[in-house]
Amino acid sequence: MSPAAGRSPARAATSAVAVEGIARRFGRRWALRGVSLDVAPGEVVALVGRNGSGKTTLLRLLATALRPTLGGGTVFGLDLVREADAVRERTGLLGHAPGLYQDLTAAENLRFALRMTGERADGAIIARVLEAVGLGSETATRVRGFSSGMQRRLALARLFLRPPRLLLLDEPFASFDADGIELVNGFIAERRAAGAAVIVATHDPEKAIGLIDRTVRLEHGRLGP
Amino acid sequence: MSATVLRPIDSVLEPPARWVGWLGWWALLFFVGAQAVGVLISPPDRDMGHLQKIMYVHVPAAWTSFIAFGVVLIASIIYLWGRSERADLVAASAAEIGTVLTGLTLALGSIWGKPTWGVWWTWDPRLTSTAITFVIFVGYLALRSFVDDAERRARWSAVVGIFGALNVPIVYMSVKWWRTIHQMQSSPSTVDPEYALGLRLNAFAFLFVFLYLLARRYRAAKLERAVEVRQDARALGGEV
Amino acid sequence: MTTLRRELARAGAVAWKDLTTERRTKATFNSVVFLAALTLLLFGFALGPDAEALRGAAAGVLWLTVLFSGVLAFNQSYQLELEGGAFETLLLYPGDRRAIFVGKLAANLVFVLLVLLLIVPMAAILFNLPLLRPFPGLAGVFALGTFGFVTLGTFYAAMASRVRAREVLLPLLLFPMLVPLLVGAVAATRALLAGDVMGDAGSWMRLLGAYDLIFFVASLLAFEYIVED
Repeated sequence: MSPAAGRSPARAATSAVAVEGIARRFGRRWALRGVSLDVAPGEVVALVGRNGSGKTTLLRLLATALRPTLGGGTVFGLDLVREADAVRERTGLLGHAPGLYQDLTAAENLRFALRMTGERADGAIIARVLEAVGLGSETATRVRGFSSGMQRRLALARLFLRPPRLLLLDEPFASFDADGIELVNGFIAERRAAGAAVIVATHDPEKAIGLIDRTVRLEHGRLGP
Repeated sequence: MSATVLRPIDSVLEPPARWVGWLGWWALLFFVGAQAVGVLISPPDRDMGHLQKIMYVHVPAAWTSFIAFGVVLIASIIYLWGRSERADLVAASAAEIGTVLTGLTLALGSIWGKPTWGVWWTWDPRLTSTAITFVIFVGYLALRSFVDDAERRARWSAVVGIFGALNVPIVYMSVKWWRTIHQMQSSPSTVDPEYALGLRLNAFAFLFVFLYLLARRYRAAKLERAVEVRQDARALGGEV
Repeated sequence: MTTLRRELARAGAVAWKDLTTERRTKATFNSVVFLAALTLLLFGFALGPDAEALRGAAAGVLWLTVLFSGVLAFNQSYQLELEGGAFETLLLYPGDRRAIFVGKLAANLVFVLLVLLLIVPMAAILFNLPLLRPFPGLAGVFALGTFGFVTLGTFYAAMASRVRAREVLLPLLLFPMLVPLLVGAVAATRALLAGDVMGDAGSWMRLLGAYDLIFFVASLLAFEYIVED
């Protein structure tokens, strides 16, 4: 992998994502071996590749959950490492694991999410968002009793609270029924229309009907053909 | 593009620096000489007799272990400041040597104590603080062995090393107060001036030995990492 | 909202979440209280049955019991997050991540103080201790000692809970660091229980206060380093 020619600062400022030469190691294993990616606002990119190709690692890296071992870049012109906090304000990740608290209710999980972003926990907003993902009747139910599909919907609802300008979805169609898939697609469409950038890591890009602008393939941590 | 997180050491395996070899010989000769001064020239203690000569190893070992942990503290701070991998390796090497020196101090203190006061252990503030310091740095080494990822290992052990080093004077002070309130066995006698020369010489001897061991251990750690860095370069396709 | 108020609000949210979860499951609290009670009894068997000997050893026994049983709470506090991958989500909220540390510290503090509330009277009964007269001083010692214990416990558990052999690693890392706290808290407690004739308790409490401050500040400064990845 050779680092691509340097990007002009102007381009970095206008792209949603501009990263170059990203490599990430876990212990002795390299999950990403030099990935460069540019995504423009309003673009929906599908990230495809087998398990272990580095899709999840790349998404986590863009979300600033991980820092790159080598390489770097910007999200909306903000450095991934030095301005990570500002990047977090603009990014939202729907990961593999739902990241919910099992002994809190659906509403309480969302209340917590709102309070953690420094906002007031508005019951009306929470109710509306739960309704939107079809969990309106489960407001006061503890998450421990939820099916995995329901937990994913709740995780999605959490993203609805603060729609991000860079939306990162890791296998959003997995363990989701047809209604759930529709919710995800609706969100992707809404975000695109709002000028946000979306990166969807998935095995089944066909499920995102008509929404994908571009496909990027990862193989063993590198960009494929 | 250069690394944002880790400034890795060079993968070029340069031969060991010449001065390390010379330092090794110097340390050995100086140590033998200093011990000779201590054993042969200084007079036996009126109470303890020749047993007192253990002090020429026990006390410098203790002093040098504190120097070692001082190195851990400074190297850890340097690592957190600039994420230089060299600093991490220096800290780890110094911690290993320091732990060994501390163990030696404790063992000799115990051996000295038995014939002198009839007990294997006294709750003397210095010995007790040394024992706690020993466990703190065993914990440091245990943490390093449990974390596989090089970067996380370096970061966490730097923090743990700094906290441990910060705690050493606090432990010493608190145990000292604890002892004065309870008035137990008195601590080993303060040093008579006739022993000062032997002690000072041996202190330097231990310092040279420490520096030599540190240089050797650091090089071994660097070689390990250099192999890993080469493997990384291959994994990344020839460029790091 | 100013930044500090915002961060305190976030810390409050974390503390609320930890305490609410614990209140609902009570899993950790019950086990810790039972273990502490059992430890007190075992110490009684090991050191007794002479009442005078037990009384003399009571301060040490009490604090050791707090340390051995309280340590279970710290890894548990992070276990909560690690189960569902919630820790990563938690770290990704915009804002100062030290708010997470302060929130968990507050929740663990409440937890350990509640355990103390049950265990101290039990120790008083088992070892025949006069609690009422020295109470204000004792409350101070318990507050200072618990704060230092919980600060370092919450801090080290942020690391230990994420590696293997965490049940061993946390005590191995934490307990040597707690020696000054143990020495000071036991000395002050013992002095107070014996009527504090020499006025020692005050100086020990000053040591505890200094220790608490040093390690609270150090933990705040270092927390980001141990959670970034």
